[in-house]
Amino acid sequence: MADAAMAPARSPLLDPERVRRAAVNVGLFVAVLVVIWGVWEAFRAFGEATGLRLGQFEVNDRTMPHVHDVLGTLFEPSRRNGPLLVDILWDAARFTAKEAAVGFLLGAVIGFVLGALLAHSGLLQRGFLPYIVASQTIPILAVAPMVVVWVNPRMPPGLKDWGAVSVIAAYLTFFPVTINTLRGLTSVDPRALELMRSYAASSWKVLWKLRFPAALPFIFTALKIAAPASVVGAIIGELPASIQDGLGGAILNFNQYYITAPTRLWATNLIAALLGIAFFLAVLLVEKLVVRRAPEHVA
Amino acid sequence: MSTQPVVSLRGVTKSFGAGGVTALQSIDLDVLAGEFVSLIGPSGCGKSTLLRVVGDLVDATSGEVVVNGKSARQARRDGDYGIVFQDAVLYDWRTVAKNIALPLELLGWGKARREKRVEELLGLVELQGFGGLHPWQLSGGMQQRVSIARALSFSPALLLMDEPFGALDEMTRERLNGELLRIWEMSGSTVIFVTHSISEAVFLSTRVVVMSRRPGRIAALVDIDLPQPRNADTREEPHFFELVTEVRDRLREGGLNEESTAPGEGELVGEGTP
Repeated sequence: MADAAMAPARSPLLDPERVRRAAVNVGLFVAVLVVIWGVWEAFRAFGEATGLRLGQFEVNDRTMPHVHDVLGTLFEPSRRNGPLLVDILWDAARFTAKEAAVGFLLGAVIGFVLGALLAHSGLLQRGFLPYIVASQTIPILAVAPMVVVWVNPRMPPGLKDWGAVSVIAAYLTFFPVTINTLRGLTSVDPRALELMRSYAASSWKVLWKLRFPAALPFIFTALKIAAPASVVGAIIGELPASIQDGLGGAILNFNQYYITAPTRLWATNLIAALLGIAFFLAVLLVEKLVVRRAPEHVA
Repeated sequence: MSTQPVVSLRGVTKSFGAGGVTALQSIDLDVLAGEFVSLIGPSGCGKSTLLRVVGDLVDATSGEVVVNGKSARQARRDGDYGIVFQDAVLYDWRTVAKNIALPLELLGWGKARREKRVEELLGLVELQGFGGLHPWQLSGGMQQRVSIARALSFSPALLLMDEPFGALDEMTRERLNGELLRIWEMSGSTVIFVTHSISEAVFLSTRVVVMSRRPGRIAALVDIDLPQPRNADTREEPHFFELVTEVRDRLREGGLNEESTAPGEGELVGEGTP
């Protein structure tokens, strides 16, 4: 979406055209944010004024807190004389980010290797692809406790607990990478392959000089899907691993106090979303630096 | 000009599928060193397939294919030919210079040697200063010149060209025809050139191979005895028109050329790629 609107990196980063586009993108992002804010508050005001009820749902401070209250609660102590909520969530986000980043990298590598193996052999593809697809039909909530039980006892002390969460994040990450790597590696222009054949290039050389670079836009598309998914995987993985230090722990905690302090859960969700966006943007940045492609070929 | 055959075909037949279409039937042809031979014929006559058989990109069903005194497979493995397709087939993640250097990388040339050779080649195809650009920043004609430079990079004895200028406009095509002749003279390589255009074939070639409609056979060989070097004036000479007329007559005898203008239509190409 946002990436398709950007020009390819054919000129320096501070090219006026790129700066202008970036400014427009930021402006659009803020404008849409303001609109969402406005719609939220307008619906609230309307609901409160008319006493709107939709089944069990009733508009009030608990179901739909003010946006400024959610932001405001970030800068209040979470308990008397305690640190500010934003400081607690910042630490939690960093902890979850570590789990998610390791899981993302692990999943990306496993996903790529699997995709490359499957691309290499039609037989492997037909044999294993159904199981790879099936792996994603099992809800992560069902897989996570098992991973914790299996993986945690085998982890070295430095990776205790959070290492298992990274494995769960990797479980959500590898799948899109495998599928898109497979697709990218096998959808190379047949004439480009013929050219390689005319040079009598080995299949290893064909992989690194042609198939892999041609697949990069596909792989980055997958990585952009996988990056926020790895954050979700890490947050969900923290629950069965009984990890208190991350955003998953914070969500569980503030969930219990929702009746009295709903804005804290909302604020936590906001931070979790920002972390996912940060992961996405990191991948986008790497893509801009790595992929050199004609505008019409950027996936 | 030596008379050593660079390509020697004896009874080459190519059928696709079990008992399917016969694309080529009993082709006998010798291409001598330094020759510029064009293959011309109606769509589907198998001229692109013949080129791919020479390049070992497609296997002949029967018959003998000798390139540079060895089997076509060995010749391909030894890097005895460079190939240029109708589209430039440049890798758009590589710069122009890196595209030209691709075969040299595969041959294991060192960086300094590669860069020196690429500079020479950019000069040869008159693209000095364009080495740092990416393919999509070039016009179609410039892209095709890059593709020619890439094919010539490792100085192959043989250059195979499959309608290299077919997708270009007439003016660009005529200019590149002139450049190709200059490059051919400078490099001293042997060229086999597939085309739909009679005037292009006559202008470029020392010999034109006229092929007949499927199954593809050689209908006639026409020697083009226009003096070298050729230039824009060559196209105005009466003898040029005589030769164009002769090739056209041979095409008619070989079985109708009326439908020969649709490029690629019904062509049996690329069947050998995985």
